[in-house]
Amino acid sequence: MEKVMKNKMAIAVFLIPAVVLFTGIIIIPILMSGYYSLLKWDGVTEGTFIGLQNYIELFTSKSAGFTKTLGNAVLLAVLSVCIQLPISLLLALVLGKGVKFEKAFVAVFFIPVIIATVVIGQLWMKIYNPEYGLINVFLRAVGLEDWTRAWLGDQKTALFAVFVPILWQYVGYHMLLMYAGIKSISPELREAAKIDGAKEFQIARYVTIPMLKPVLKVSTIFAVTGSLKAFDLIYVLTNGGPAHASEVPATLMVSMIFGRNRYGFGSTIAICIIFLCFFFSMLIGRIFKTEVE
Amino acid sequence: MKKFKPGNKIVMGLLILWGLIQIFPIYWMLSFSLKSNAEIFGENVIGLPKEWLWENYQSALTVGNMGLYFMNSVIVTGGTILLTAIIAIMATYALKRMIWRGRGTANSIFMLGLTVPIHAAILPVFVILRNLKMTNSYQALILPYTAFALAMAILICGSFMENIPRELEEAACIDGSSIYGIFFKIILPLMKPALSTISIFTFLQAWNELMFAVIFISDSKYRTLSVGIQTLTGSYTTKWGPIGAALVIATFPTIVLYCFMSRKIQESMVAGAIKG
Repeated sequence: MEKVMKNKMAIAVFLIPAVVLFTGIIIIPILMSGYYSLLKWDGVTEGTFIGLQNYIELFTSKSAGFTKTLGNAVLLAVLSVCIQLPISLLLALVLGKGVKFEKAFVAVFFIPVIIATVVIGQLWMKIYNPEYGLINVFLRAVGLEDWTRAWLGDQKTALFAVFVPILWQYVGYHMLLMYAGIKSISPELREAAKIDGAKEFQIARYVTIPMLKPVLKVSTIFAVTGSLKAFDLIYVLTNGGPAHASEVPATLMVSMIFGRNRYGFGSTIAICIIFLCFFFSMLIGRIFKTEVE
Repeated sequence: MKKFKPGNKIVMGLLILWGLIQIFPIYWMLSFSLKSNAEIFGENVIGLPKEWLWENYQSALTVGNMGLYFMNSVIVTGGTILLTAIIAIMATYALKRMIWRGRGTANSIFMLGLTVPIHAAILPVFVILRNLKMTNSYQALILPYTAFALAMAILICGSFMENIPRELEEAACIDGSSIYGIFFKIILPLMKPALSTISIFTFLQAWNELMFAVIFISDSKYRTLSVGIQTLTGSYTTKWGPIGAALVIATFPTIVLYCFMSRKIQESMVAGAIKG
């Protein structure tokens, strides 16, 4: 048996496809991105090595606009953690303690998660449409004519208008994670607390939520890194406009590289996004760890 | 709990309200995909269509090219699922069952793939594809999708493979099976449950992906649904019915899948998140 399992030839055969794809499409490109970020390169002619110049421009140049996109991404992360996750948690708590049609509610709340973001984006574009969109039609119908506006075209509202569908789409995802977590907590714990005279919200506060810490950690990491990486919905709805009002790092990266041929500078943004994602994952992991102890 | 009837009613009301918030836009999409502009823009904004205009679907499929984009999405997604499943099961077998130095390290390197955002690779992969003259092809999407789905697939496979008792392989080994015989006759058939989880995961990823698809594909012959819809709405700004129909066509397979196996899909998503 052991001799068969040590068959070097077979090990190679089994591993090679995965290793080739993984190195060719993930590992080598990351290293290339790192190298590109040190170049001034338009993608056509030979690039010139300029060291950390791109990174300096990234954080100091106002016209490049990266710091602003970072602010937008952080705002989205804050909204996700402060609005989206509490809604998800509340829904999960209510559904988790058992109500009528529990499974049906879970199934319905989860539907937006599996629908393509392009479809969701196009749909919300119609909802926001200044003439015939649901929101403005509704506002006119109830006599709030003054409130109607071009939600996605107005610099003041565009940012929040793209955030709403993002938050809306993934509430169900976090709810499902938390719901599954709650269901895996032993029901005896709740029973015991109830016998001791704890009220529903006390059970939630002192029994369920502390037991849910590992899931909450995962949800927070996903919400924050997801915000830093956000691209699809914003690309579809506004592509960062009007006048960069709703620009986030990923849309800026794509328009820098493929719109303005600034391959080097775009790669610098990519490296920053990766770095921030890793950094925040670790940071959030750390925060949850110290809280447990 | 039964004592607090009014409280229960409020809770029920709020749950229903939230349910409406989550599915109303989707209902609206379905309804306007069958309406004329006159109905959508005034006469009948949110009701069911008075006149069911199936022509919208026909026009989306033919004029809007949604039929072609749909087939492209099927090919790309199907290819990705197949490739991911085969490669991941093979790799997992080598990583979990076979004995060699450095397999722990290899496993952790693969698991790094779970956290790498696709942004990290998009430009270099584009440059590589361009140099190989491979942009505007199915493999330009299938290969990157597979690479990015591998980490999760290996993780899922691993947890299923741990539950296969080693005695089965030992028995086959005593009977004189080669390593390939063991893999194909014993392991592969037993990995069927893992297969459905991997397929669901990979399907949702590949079917819905936008960033790679937008950048690697410019030729309309290879456009997938996500890109197709983007271009469709550009050329169809005034007629909402066919756009709605296109959106429904793109969503249809996902919804059908969800109707039949919503529990399995939910379980797959939870498994992926918690293990990752």
